[in-house]
Amino acid sequence: MFTVTATSASFARSLSGSLPWAPLSSDPPMQVVSGGWQFFTPQEAALVEAIVDRLVPADDLSMGGKEAGCAVYIDRQLTGAFGTSSRLYTKGPFLPGLPTQGYQGEANPAQRYRIGLAAIDAFLKQRDGKTFAELQPADQDAFLTAMEAGKVDLPNGVKGPGFFGLLLQNTMEGFFADPVYGGNKDMVSWRMLGFPGARYDYRDHVSKHNQPYPRPPVSIEGSPEWLVKRS
Amino acid sequence: MTTILPRKDVVIVGLGWTGSILAHELTDQGLDVLAIERGPWRDTATDFNIGYAQDELRYSVRRDLFLQPAVETLTMRNDPSQTALPMRDFGSFLLGNGVGGAGVHWNGHTWRFWDSDFQIKTNLTKRYGAARIADLQVEDWGVTGAEMEPYYDQFEYLAGISGKAGNIKGQLQEGGNPFEDPRSRDYPNPPMEMTYAPTLFANAGRSMGLHPFPTPSANMSRTYVNPLGITMGQCTYCGFCERFGCANYSKSSAQTTILPVLMKKANFEVRTDSEVLHVDLAAGGKSARGVTYVDTSGQEFFQPADLVLLCAYGLHNARLMMLSGIGRIYDPATGEGTVGRNYCYQTNAGVQVFFDDKNFNPFIAAGALGQTIDDYNGDAFDHGGLDFVGGAGINCIPTNGRPIGTRPTLPGTPKWGSAWKKATVAGYKSTLGFSSQGSSSATRTNYLDLDPTYKDRFGRPLMRMTFDFPDNDIRMSNYLCDRMEEIAKTLGGKQYNVGRRKKGWDSVPYQSTHNTGGAIMGTDPKRSAVNTFLQSWDVPNVFVIGASAFPQNAGKNPTGTVGALAYRAADGIRNHYLRNPGAPLVQA
Repeated sequence: MFTVTATSASFARSLSGSLPWAPLSSDPPMQVVSGGWQFFTPQEAALVEAIVDRLVPADDLSMGGKEAGCAVYIDRQLTGAFGTSSRLYTKGPFLPGLPTQGYQGEANPAQRYRIGLAAIDAFLKQRDGKTFAELQPADQDAFLTAMEAGKVDLPNGVKGPGFFGLLLQNTMEGFFADPVYGGNKDMVSWRMLGFPGARYDYRDHVSKHNQPYPRPPVSIEGSPEWLVKRS
Repeated sequence: MTTILPRKDVVIVGLGWTGSILAHELTDQGLDVLAIERGPWRDTATDFNIGYAQDELRYSVRRDLFLQPAVETLTMRNDPSQTALPMRDFGSFLLGNGVGGAGVHWNGHTWRFWDSDFQIKTNLTKRYGAARIADLQVEDWGVTGAEMEPYYDQFEYLAGISGKAGNIKGQLQEGGNPFEDPRSRDYPNPPMEMTYAPTLFANAGRSMGLHPFPTPSANMSRTYVNPLGITMGQCTYCGFCERFGCANYSKSSAQTTILPVLMKKANFEVRTDSEVLHVDLAAGGKSARGVTYVDTSGQEFFQPADLVLLCAYGLHNARLMMLSGIGRIYDPATGEGTVGRNYCYQTNAGVQVFFDDKNFNPFIAAGALGQTIDDYNGDAFDHGGLDFVGGAGINCIPTNGRPIGTRPTLPGTPKWGSAWKKATVAGYKSTLGFSSQGSSSATRTNYLDLDPTYKDRFGRPLMRMTFDFPDNDIRMSNYLCDRMEEIAKTLGGKQYNVGRRKKGWDSVPYQSTHNTGGAIMGTDPKRSAVNTFLQSWDVPNVFVIGASAFPQNAGKNPTGTVGALAYRAADGIRNHYLRNPGAPLVQA
């Protein structure tokens, strides 16, 4: 039995007489390496990439969710503690709750994606004879809008608004999180907003009221601007 | 098989703010002190490392530093007629875990409650009559503001609070809070440098005849050496404060103000990753023998001690009392029992003002950097013609521009697609937010007890929380929203949005980790669980220290008062209890 934390296990110990710190004891995040799928099947991946490209469409403000890596981000999250709900309270009995009591389902996010994506595929195949990725963008948006509003009867008891909410939440996480997690390619969303990212000292700009902050963003893994400087 | 360990003078459950303060004070007294902490050791260089502390996904969304529901959660419902279900993930409040506790990842707003908050029942009855509070379970704390002043002062100097006094020994100070009680001296550090949004908010408030002042902040406005000789660094306004540890040693916590001294003492020990299961009572249940805990190997230990201090988070203090048989669990049907009684929260509401021509640089921020207006807080204003008691501080404290969580948009904006993206970019830098942090009144049916169905990982019952916002507090919050709307109109902008508080407390969206009560202090053992030194009425060698002692919550953040109560309890133990160990400090 070990302490449940997000990234590492720790074990009981007794400390007395000094501050216990050792060199190289840091606990950095695990960096996502893109390429291939760890959770999604190729069919699921194609569907998720098409969906994130409508939630975050390519336009004059930014690249689309697919190119930004949102599907890769979700894929990697689903193989970890988030996907398996390993840090959450997962004991029964599982009873239908009030909205104020939050999610009370037994399925974890990995299971919800597996069942939910299959339900979307099955529904569209029956209705249109096509996959989501084969639909025109306007028809894709119409389907997602209906799903968000609970106006699509998905098979296998999948509740459209709940699954849509999960997809939207994770897509936005991937688009706006540090690129170290697989999304937000080249800090695209941070450049779009003007968020300087993992900077840690703004003392020289605090009193410059109503003036734009001049420096580009940095990620935990660094910044392309650093490479330019080095060359 | 339980291993029996050698006796200690004092065992402390939980090494956060209160545990660290008590451990420091009692080791200074020469006692042999052991702290048992459920979570891991946490260290600035390792756990809040400046190379990766700025990770919104890891620390804010996945909440790496927090208590995980798999370890312990609560069940919740809005009223006693409903079936409580477990909070499978935390949402409305986020509890601490590990050395430093919730003091690691707080924002740092550090308030004093007023004499009118402490003597609230006496004061409200005198001003407005007993009928005004007949629907509520209002209680006096049993202490006065003047009695608490030296303890507040001690905590503020330990923590290096940045602020501006409003009242020093009865003399009003320009630029401070004119409604505060007299303090013996100014804050140890001047206010922080002000960002743009709070500056505009304060200007608007002043133009309306209100009294804005810099929010007292545990983020350092300059380098500070505290009375223990520990140096803290100047805040760099990084905008990664609440939910994060501070990599700059700029936010007060046990790590930055006490542990560097405490950990070097030979008569102090902490055992981490070890969870106390219960306090063991002697036959007859009138004194504690020690505590039983389990470590990460699954091994169970009995730790004998003369004095047991419950210094866990307030909710966990109350649950440990219930699991240990210390005092009687409150029953709302009869009104009898004191443990779990008077659970309260915080009644918040918020306003957004949207501009076209302003750039607030929201990422240049600190957890407690802002301005507060207290004209409508507590009993600062006359409630004679009103239909409620209580009030709220109105705070403009933009804490961050972290983009997963902070993306204000105009009402009616779609949640995705190109229109969403355009509105998100437009709103990100040009939205000014402020909010009311409202008081929370105790009622008969807002309480804590043990859940009949759901268990933790050791098979012990989860605590059950029954809570909804009382009608009084909804009326209070609506009155405050009307006042905030006046400020929003004064600020100008192209549009504003008021988010009002409604009945039906929702456990999902984050609101506040200001959970109070459950083991309240007072002068009557029938209506309080601990006396005014936070000593259990029922088991006098147990002290229960934290916001669990608040009889109800004021319109202010609790940590300043929690720190002051910790010093008061330490004073009571050092200067009174130890002369006659095991005896009650107060005769009921």
